[in-house]
Amino acid sequence: MTPPSLSLRRLAIAAATGAAFWALPATAADEAVPAFKDLDSIEARVQGCVTCHGQNGQGTQSDAFPRIAAKPAGYLYNQLVAFRDGTRQYPPMNYLVAYLPDVYLREMAEYFAKQRPPFEAAGAAPADAAMLARGKAIATGGDATKGIPACVACHGIRLTGMEPGIPGLAGLRSSYIAAQLTRWRVGSRHAAEPDCMKRIASRLSESDIAAVATWLARQESPKDPSPESSNLVRMPLACGSQR
Amino acid sequence: MRTTIRLALALLVLFVLGVVAVAIFRPGMLPQTAVTTPVNATTAYLARGEYLARAGDCVACHTMPTGRDFAGGRAMPTPFGNIYVPNITPDDETGIGKWSADDFYRTMHSGLSRDGALLYPAMPFASYTKVTREDSDAIYAYLMSVPPIRQQNRPHELRFPYNKRDLLMGWRALYFKEGEYVPDPKQSAQWNRGAYLVEGLGHCAMCHTAINALGGSSESKAFEGGMIPNQNWYAPSLTSNREAGLGDWSLKDISDLLQVGISHRGTVYGPMAEVVYNSLQYLSDADAEAMAVYLKALPQRDSEPRPTSQARLVSPNVMETGRKTYEKWCAVCHGGEGKGHPPNYPPLADNQSITMASPVNSIRMVLNGGYSPGTRKNPRPYGMPPFAHMLDDGEVAAVVTYIRVAWQNSGTPVTQAQVNDLRKLLPE
Repeated sequence: MTPPSLSLRRLAIAAATGAAFWALPATAADEAVPAFKDLDSIEARVQGCVTCHGQNGQGTQSDAFPRIAAKPAGYLYNQLVAFRDGTRQYPPMNYLVAYLPDVYLREMAEYFAKQRPPFEAAGAAPADAAMLARGKAIATGGDATKGIPACVACHGIRLTGMEPGIPGLAGLRSSYIAAQLTRWRVGSRHAAEPDCMKRIASRLSESDIAAVATWLARQESPKDPSPESSNLVRMPLACGSQR
Repeated sequence: MRTTIRLALALLVLFVLGVVAVAIFRPGMLPQTAVTTPVNATTAYLARGEYLARAGDCVACHTMPTGRDFAGGRAMPTPFGNIYVPNITPDDETGIGKWSADDFYRTMHSGLSRDGALLYPAMPFASYTKVTREDSDAIYAYLMSVPPIRQQNRPHELRFPYNKRDLLMGWRALYFKEGEYVPDPKQSAQWNRGAYLVEGLGHCAMCHTAINALGGSSESKAFEGGMIPNQNWYAPSLTSNREAGLGDWSLKDISDLLQVGISHRGTVYGPMAEVVYNSLQYLSDADAEAMAVYLKALPQRDSEPRPTSQARLVSPNVMETGRKTYEKWCAVCHGGEGKGHPPNYPPLADNQSITMASPVNSIRMVLNGGYSPGTRKNPRPYGMPPFAHMLDDGEVAAVVTYIRVAWQNSGTPVTQAQVNDLRKLLPE
């Protein structure tokens, strides 16, 4: 189901531009349907992404695929390169970007970093109060006894990430967040050394991961999804992807 | 049970052939001379060696995705187990640093390692044997000029009996004909250059000639197409106008497909995208055109008759599901009439790769999508999104059936079972 505002917006855009290269299909009220205005554009070139990540990187109904819009370009580029080179493993992505050059991956990353599609309403899956309290504690204050810094210390007080390499968490589903933390924890996902996320994820228990993922996915969407600039905060751990 | 007996018989035959062959033709010992050819290491010569090494696509197998160039280590899955590709950097201990140009030529020409061991035919020596001594020496000089990397080779993990290298004598007796390319005086210099590249360094036959149960390719079936083992893509026939036969393509479209990765007739994806990305994009225009001339002139041998009208019958319900699915998801790029927007969005109407007998590639594209390779002449390629998570087996079968029979395309319907088999595989 797509929120009606989204489909209205699309229709309005289609009507207003008039120059649509192909007329939008009548059923285009779906953010995952390929559509573009000009053939010779980066928008037309990234149609390979849209059935999973949405027309503007807003994500789709499928739990497996994250929102990528407005994440820092450096972060998105690092992921594309890691998928291409196989250092981040997800076969559908590894296959798609296997033969794309750096310069082009950078252009794709910058395109999605600039997108500002609206957020979906936050998921309100039932969760017990103790779990939410634990999740909130980790996300906003960390756990000093286990050496876990707060999520917001690096991912931003609005959870929109930090330039150039730290992703926003706003708008991600709990299953996706939990899966990524687990992958870091078991060593199947990595970032540039020093890999701060590995240090953190290996200190989280399974129930910590479930709690923090659930709490994060329930937060109100930020009005401005832009990442924070990198020189505002002193980070609690050294992170290779911030260099 | 019958297959077991057949397999046992086949192995027995191989073994006997092997023993006989070892006795008669222990292959390829070039005279071991103390004098090694001096390496001519001018920049121009090394650049020529690099160009030829690219034409041979050495890097694709001899380099790990994030590894150093030519340091080997990459696992090549085969139906017989994993083969680990060796280090061919000039490291004295772990690479080919101590090899002479003679040793290198013998590997290329005869499929023997420096110590005389028979190479597995995963190394395309049945093609590289056509490479001239002069070109082999240039590639050797180039490889000697790359940074030496100390990285031990990993032993292969092949099942019995494939781990017995002497059995390869049997394989060689059946499928290996040693000898440099001999130009055909009846053909033009350009055709001969194309033939030399396609049959030699390009090693196109490795995929475009069917591989049988013994891992061999029969010469009489050269370029007639086949499934690529373990990759589960279909390498179309280059000799059938029903598949990728290029008889009615323009030379420009053929050379574009090879060198740019896209053309007005079709686009490369999957394993062929890798070949274009690592190898063919670096060809000179003259060499790409020579290959095109040779490929276009390959004799047409349609081994399969056109499908009968009976075989092409599609139930109206399937056709309607296919049409609706196409209109919703595909028409925006490929157009209501399947004409696409070539070369960036390939046409589906009158496209041999859509209508050929094997629907494997079309089904895979719908399930997994794909980007054509980013090349020097097409650095920002267009891509198709995956639909595996949007469409069920019935819808995929219907839409692939639709594009195979609509717009006067001459293909046959595909089944849900065919889609389901391919859905279970990882994209690669």
